[in-house]
Amino acid sequence: MAKKLMKGCEAIGEAAINAGCRLFFGYPITPQNEIPEYLSARLPQVGGTFLQAESEVAASNMLYGAAGAGCRVFTSSSSPGISLMMEAMSYLAGAELPVVVVNIMRGGPGLGGILPSQSDYFQATKGGGHGDYRVLVLAPSTVQEAVDLTQDAFDLADEYRNPVMVVGDGLIGQMMEPVEFKRTISPEDLPPKPWATTGCAGRKPNIINSLLLNPEHLEAHNWHLHRKYQEMVKEIRWEDWLLDEPVDVLIVAYGTVARICKTAIDVLRARGIKVGLFRPITLYPFPEPQLSAAVDKAKKVLVTELSTGQMLEDVRAVVAGRKPVSFFGRVGGMVMTPEEIEHEVDKLVVQG
Amino acid sequence: MHSEIIMAGFGGQGVLLIGKLLAYAGMKAGNEVTWMPAYGPEMRGGTCNCTVVLSDKPVGSPITRSPHALIVLNLPSLEKFESAVRPGGVIVVNTSLINRLPARSDVRTVPVAANEIAQEAGTPKAANMVALGAFLGATGLGDMAVVKEVLGETFASRPKLIDLNQTCLDRGYEIGKACAAQARS
Repeated sequence: MAKKLMKGCEAIGEAAINAGCRLFFGYPITPQNEIPEYLSARLPQVGGTFLQAESEVAASNMLYGAAGAGCRVFTSSSSPGISLMMEAMSYLAGAELPVVVVNIMRGGPGLGGILPSQSDYFQATKGGGHGDYRVLVLAPSTVQEAVDLTQDAFDLADEYRNPVMVVGDGLIGQMMEPVEFKRTISPEDLPPKPWATTGCAGRKPNIINSLLLNPEHLEAHNWHLHRKYQEMVKEIRWEDWLLDEPVDVLIVAYGTVARICKTAIDVLRARGIKVGLFRPITLYPFPEPQLSAAVDKAKKVLVTELSTGQMLEDVRAVVAGRKPVSFFGRVGGMVMTPEEIEHEVDKLVVQG
Repeated sequence: MHSEIIMAGFGGQGVLLIGKLLAYAGMKAGNEVTWMPAYGPEMRGGTCNCTVVLSDKPVGSPITRSPHALIVLNLPSLEKFESAVRPGGVIVVNTSLINRLPARSDVRTVPVAANEIAQEAGTPKAANMVALGAFLGATGLGDMAVVKEVLGETFASRPKLIDLNQTCLDRGYEIGKACAAQARS
């Protein structure tokens, strides 16, 4: 299939359709409005339903209902809207319902601004809502990767019966790049979900619930969920870039920031400075052993994010004091330039 | 080949559109491309810009503070981005609406009266196409045939606009090319 030039948001919408998803419930918020806009036109063409809810709270509970009925279902929002969905996210995780949630992150806290940010890392990877739960988190750095990971997100959600989040920043959502839709599946061809509440004529009723008042049952359920999250380590994805040889500085970055780092690394390498990049693609589970191996090859580690240092904590836990870790962040919708990254690396190299 | 281009003007002048045409044509010609609009809280009549990166390898940063080329359709855009262009770069200036040329001597200036030329061709609305043509002529970037093909696809639902826009592209292209030839001689 020929490549198309598409905006990240629209490509994510089309990816959901290619994954056999026919239901979108959401509420508008910049900078991801092109996802619902696109799907409002596109879903009816393929027999699907686009529904603009009265709020993010409502939309996320509609996801609960549709996922419980065994349908592939999806929503997208941006930071403040995602916060409103966090109660439902906890219920979805507790009730083990597969949904896909896309967060095109913008600057916060509160209403913040509308420009690119990565400041919802903690919210995405450490739970976000209440209770001891996790969701699988995928972070694309190109529009093509946003397409591929969104399609994968639906499969992973079904496989683990768990919400999966795709997090991008405003750049991924607004940028146009060539994309290719490599595979497509129709809803009829999806694997059956025998646990779904589809009408119990001729079988035992299926019950979907997150209320377990008996502490012994709830403890067993918590450990069951925990084991499931541990199994997710086999889904870990990451990218090593220019790490075949030892490096003076290892940059750790994800999403769009990682590609800004690549531009900086090209310039630094041309100047003879040995720099490489480690890019987590799954933010949860975090690629701990893979990062650890990369850290072994480096003298110093530089973490850079569009936050005041969130992934930094996970990186520090992996480095465990073995190497010096420094940080460079831009926030509030400001995006670092390749020149700024170069400057940070230069400072580390000069220090020796 | 690696080129970062910023296009800027008033909202409504069509800078996002010429950016898309350039990116789309680059993709059709087999290049890696990105198109990134400035999407801040814009207002009607305010300035508007986008960044296109064309490269023969995967594009790193889709945004730039130091473009290789700049296409400006109004004065505020020239003032905002003039100093950012890399030495040796190209600035296409719409002299219909900008009453001065860049003050820099380390960049190549391509002056083009885009609104007047578009008006002569039929509508001042196609001034953006004149400027894009001038850029293509001055830099040799992009294949004119592919750009025209893309233009035809973009305006498929309004076919009477295709000829007009292609004429504007051609007029701009000739001016850009002449400017480049002059710079070489």
